Amino acid sequence: MKEFTNNPLDGKYGKYGGRFVPETLMSAVLELEKAYSSLKKDPDFKEELEYYLSEYAGRPTPLYFAKNLTEKVGGAKIYLKREDLLHGGAHKINNTMGQALMAKRMGKTRVIAETGAGQHGVATAIACAVLGLKAEIYMGKEDIERQKLNVFRMNLLNAKVHPVESGSMTLKDSINEALRDWVTNIQTTYYLIGSVVGPHPYPMIVRDFQSVIGREIKAQIMKKENGLPDALVACVGGGSNAMGTFYPFLNDPSVKLYGVEAAGHGIESGKHAASLCAGYEGVLHGMLTYFLQDEHGQICTTHSISAGLDYPGVGPEHSFLKAKGRAEYKSVTDDKAVEAFLELSKTEGIVPALEPSHSLAFAIELAGTMKKDDLIVLTLSGRGDKDVQVVADYLKVKV
Amino acid sequence: MSIEKSFKRLKEEGNGALISYIMGGDPQPDLTPRIAGALVEGGTDILELGIPFSDPIADGPTIQGANQRALSSGTTPLKVLELASQIKDDHDVPLVILTYYNPIFRIGPKKFFDMAKKSKVDGVIVPDLPVEEAQDYKPIADTHGLDTIFLASPSTTIDRLEKIIKYTSGFLYLVSLFGVTGAREKLQQSTIYIIKKFLPYTAGRIPLAVGFGISQPHHIKSIIEAGADGAIVGSAFVEMIKRSRYDVNMMLNGIRRYASELKRATILKSK
Repeated sequence: MKEFTNNPLDGKYGKYGGRFVPETLMSAVLELEKAYSSLKKDPDFKEELEYYLSEYAGRPTPLYFAKNLTEKVGGAKIYLKREDLLHGGAHKINNTMGQALMAKRMGKTRVIAETGAGQHGVATAIACAVLGLKAEIYMGKEDIERQKLNVFRMNLLNAKVHPVESGSMTLKDSINEALRDWVTNIQTTYYLIGSVVGPHPYPMIVRDFQSVIGREIKAQIMKKENGLPDALVACVGGGSNAMGTFYPFLNDPSVKLYGVEAAGHGIESGKHAASLCAGYEGVLHGMLTYFLQDEHGQICTTHSISAGLDYPGVGPEHSFLKAKGRAEYKSVTDDKAVEAFLELSKTEGIVPALEPSHSLAFAIELAGTMKKDDLIVLTLSGRGDKDVQVVADYLKVKV
Repeated sequence: MSIEKSFKRLKEEGNGALISYIMGGDPQPDLTPRIAGALVEGGTDILELGIPFSDPIADGPTIQGANQRALSSGTTPLKVLELASQIKDDHDVPLVILTYYNPIFRIGPKKFFDMAKKSKVDGVIVPDLPVEEAQDYKPIADTHGLDTIFLASPSTTIDRLEKIIKYTSGFLYLVSLFGVTGAREKLQQSTIYIIKKFLPYTAGRIPLAVGFGISQPHHIKSIIEAGADGAIVGSAFVEMIKRSRYDVNMMLNGIRRYASELKRATILKSK
C-alpha cells in the first residue's frame, strides 16, 4: 500500500480522526461503516451514482485554462476545475448524491443534515428530492438571518429547515443539533454530513465521494498538458473539496498541495476561521483534529466573509497531511478574497464563490513565483451567485 | 467514601443509589458547594459535578443552558476541580466529574488526572469517549486510582457491553433511551427491558446506574425495582436551579426537599 492511501479500519489518520461519539451513536457509525464497505464494492451502486453524477449533476466538469488570468499574472499556467458548473452551484452535490443513495440502500427514510450558509443544505435537499427521501436541515438562527434565500430554496426543494438556537447559533451548533437528532432517531435516520469531518467513517466516505474531482483533474491535465500539475490549490473550511482534489495525487510527490483557510480580519485579530494555521489539537464532533479553542478547551466562534469556511475545525486527514508535511496550509483574509473574487469576475467572466476566492487569491500569488511552463490547478468549488449580496455589502454598494 | 463502598453499603441495606448531577458554576461558582450540600443533606449518595463545555452534544436544552450559564459565570475546568475539592472537604460523599473529552484533552489527560486526584475526585465520566478511544485515558486514570465510568446504551450489543465493563470501574452508566439528556414525563418501557437485558452481565461485577430522562420518584422506583443499583438525576435539579436562581434560599430548600423525595424512591419497601 502506498504511503498516503488512507482507508483506516479504526478511522485514524496518524493520530487524527477516530470515533469520539456517545455510546448510543457507536452502533450507527459501525452500521454506516459496514454499509459503506459493501456498497463501495457494489458495481450496481457505482453505476447508479455515476448515472446521477453525469446525467443529473453535470459531471465531468471542465478543466478550464484561465488564459486571461494567466497572462495577467505572468507566471505559471492557471487551470480552473469548474465545480461551480455543477447542479446546485457547488461541489457539494458529489457528496450528497453519494450519501443519499447510501441512505436509500440502507433503508433509511429520513435524512438529516447540517448547513452553514445553506449550500450543503441545498445540495442535500436536491439529492433527497430526486431520490424521494425526506430531508430535514439544521441551520443556525444567525445563518438563517444571513441566508434567507437559501432557506427559501431548501423549502422549494421540499426540505424542512430547523432553526438552531443553541450555542453560537452557527454551523458548529447545527452539527451539534444534527448529532442530537441522530442519537434520538438512529433507527430511521441517516445523518448526511457535509464535509470530511465527523466520526469515522464520515471523513473517509465524504473524501471518497469528492475524490471524483481529483480523478477528473488527473485525467484532464494529462490529456491537455501530458503531465501532472506542479501545484493543486483548494480552499479549506471542513476541507471536502480540498480533500477530494488532493486525494488522487497524494502519492505523486512532485505535485505540491496547498489548502487555503479563511483568515477573516487577519489571524492576529482573532477573528478568523483558520483552524490548521492557528488552532490547537482537540476533540469535537467525533474527531481528533485541529480546532479553534481557548486554553480551557472551549471551542471559539469563527469569522469569515465566506460562510462556507466558517467552521472552527477541519477534517482530520488534513491535520494528518499537515503533520506529514504532504500538504501546506495557508490563510487568506476577507479583503484579499474579495479582491480575487473581483479579479476573476473581470478577467475571465466567472463569478466565483467566496470560498474558492480565498484559494484563488493564494493561487494568483503562487503563480507569480513560478515558471511559465509550470501548472497550477485551482478547484473552483462553487459559483458566486449566492455571494453577490455579501460582496455588494462589503463594497458598500446598494443593490 | 469511595464509590465502591457506597454501593456496597447500599446493597447491604437493600437500597438503590441516588446519583445527583449538577453543573459546576451554574449559576455561580460560589453557589455550587451550597447546592451540593443541599443535595447531600437531601440524601444524595453520589454527586456528579459537570465541567461546562461550549458544545455539549449529548445534552438536551436544560443542561445545555447550564453549560452556558456556567461558562458565562467564568467557570473553567480548574475552577470546577477546586469546587469539587471544597465539596469533598465538607461532605463524605463520593464525587465524580462529568466532562466532555476536549477539556481533558486540552489540559492533557495526565495533568487533568493529577489535578482531579488532588481535588479528591473519585471518578470521571466522559460521554463522548467510547472505550475504543480510551487507550491513553484509561491507564492514566487507573494509575491515579480514579474510577472510569463508561456508558452503555440501548444500542449497545452484548459484545460491546463486555468490552465496556472491562474498562469500567465505580459503576456502569446506562443511558436509558435513544436521545439526549432531559427530564421526561414517562419512563419508557424499553428502559426496564434494557436494564433486565444487561443485568445478567453486570450483576456481581459492576453496579448498574441508569440515567437520561430520570426525573421523578416513580421513575426511580421502577428502575430500582427492575434491579438497577442506582438512578441518575440531572435535568430535574438543573431546572430547579435555573428557575430559582434569583432566590438562593428557595433554591436550596427546594433541592434538599426534592432530593429527599427522590431518595425515598430508592428505598425498596419489600426490604
